[in-house]
Amino acid sequence: MPVLTAASSFAELSLTALLGYGVVFLGLILLMIVVTIVGKIFTAGEKKTAPAAKAQEAPAPAPEAPAAPGTAGQLKLHNVEPKTAAMLMAIVANKLGKPLNELRFISIKEVE
Amino acid sequence: MDIGKILLDLWNDSGFAALFVGFGWQNAVMLAISCVLLYLAIVKKFEPLLLCGIAFGCLLTNLPGAGLYHQDLWDNFMNADHADYHSYGTVLSNGGLLDFFYIGVKTSIYPCLIFMGVGAMTDFGPMLSRPKSLLLGAAAQLGVFAAFVGALLLKFTPEEAASIGIIGGADGPTAIFLTSKLAPHLLGAIAVAAYSYMALIPLIQPPFMKLLTTEEQRGIKMEQARSVSKTEKIVFPIVVTLFVALLLPDTAPLIGCLMLGNLLKETGVTDRLSDTVQNALMNIVTILLSTSVGATMVGSNFLTVQTLSIVVLGVVAFVLSTCGGLIGGVIMCKLTKGKVNPLIGSAGVSAVPMAARVANKEGQKANPSNFLLMHAMGPNVAGVIGSAIAAGFLLSVFG
Repeated sequence: MPVLTAASSFAELSLTALLGYGVVFLGLILLMIVVTIVGKIFTAGEKKTAPAAKAQEAPAPAPEAPAAPGTAGQLKLHNVEPKTAAMLMAIVANKLGKPLNELRFISIKEVE
Repeated sequence: MDIGKILLDLWNDSGFAALFVGFGWQNAVMLAISCVLLYLAIVKKFEPLLLCGIAFGCLLTNLPGAGLYHQDLWDNFMNADHADYHSYGTVLSNGGLLDFFYIGVKTSIYPCLIFMGVGAMTDFGPMLSRPKSLLLGAAAQLGVFAAFVGALLLKFTPEEAASIGIIGGADGPTAIFLTSKLAPHLLGAIAVAAYSYMALIPLIQPPFMKLLTTEEQRGIKMEQARSVSKTEKIVFPIVVTLFVALLLPDTAPLIGCLMLGNLLKETGVTDRLSDTVQNALMNIVTILLSTSVGATMVGSNFLTVQTLSIVVLGVVAFVLSTCGGLIGGVIMCKLTKGKVNPLIGSAGVSAVPMAARVANKEGQKANPSNFLLMHAMGPNVAGVIGSAIAAGFLLSVFG
């Protein structure tokens, strides 16, 4: 059953509009709080595991990023999926208006 | 054998003759309108994927004698005093092809499936990395409620006003979802207005961006937000579904499908399903949805003063939503001492990713080295959730 009907007054309906805008804000503010909390939990979890992982890796020399599959051994991918790299290279080639085989990519790194 | 009589009967039975009898002129006008819409879709590229189907659905439904869509069946379906009230059996026994298509709109299957596809194509990462952008998604729903009040002033019923207002959410599936529940007789006009204005965002928004922000504000370069982990992206759709659907249960079909699509994309173990939802399913549903929405554009419903009012109120809703988002952006800019570019607020009006692209383009006009696209995607996807919440609220009050 509808809460308000055509018989409701204009003032009542306008107030409902105001209330509706408030509900949208309230809903998204609460969602923002939830998302922030979840984000903080995950960030804290990552921070905890990061030093431990770093300590374990410290003695060993930094391994070179593996060459991307299918390349001539020049392109280094740092924290980037081959599929994403392929897409990025295609975009760059398209923007430059040059065929992909005339471009030389040395490394692709995700900036955090 | 009377050849003359046979030819006369053939003529009388043809749709051409029907165009000149009674309200046949309405069909003729609607056929002309469908051709204009086809022109806009094909030549001007106004949301062609949807407008093409809507226009052709309009053309098919207005062919006299073809019997593809029966407005009277659906009027009876919605009339609580009629024997065929909510009788899908009657529709299935007596309906035409487009009546069968339209069942998907009436049952809200199509808008929800479209939302699933939208979810599977959306990256919520920018919003997760900057949760405050959710506020801009909320601010940009101003037009929904302002147009609702405007429609009431123009003597629309509250249900019709709510359906018109949701055009300001700049979200086609949400507008169709709500209108099919509250004011199905306005579905064609509202869908055409909503999709046309979405296509016109690059023309509608920039003047108001310039009006409400300074050159200096538009040139603000925003800092890179934190990166979001894969696990966080997987948890997000589950949390949002639980949270929003518990807060406003009427939003559950839309939010549930949006988040299911997003979960399929983010899990990494359902690539096949994600691919199907993003491509094959989305395309099939788009065809069915657009033609059945077009089918509701029958002359008696569409050729009214109400349609003109909807067109005007629709653009008012869009403009006010843009202004709401921009004002939110300016406030956020001031509060953060110039760290937020207020242009990203205008992207709060859903219309993914068109609104974000417009914000990016305007930002680059003020500062060529400014790249706002990813920052604007936060409010942009927040606007999708915001408009779904607004629709859920209106449905719970007037449904």
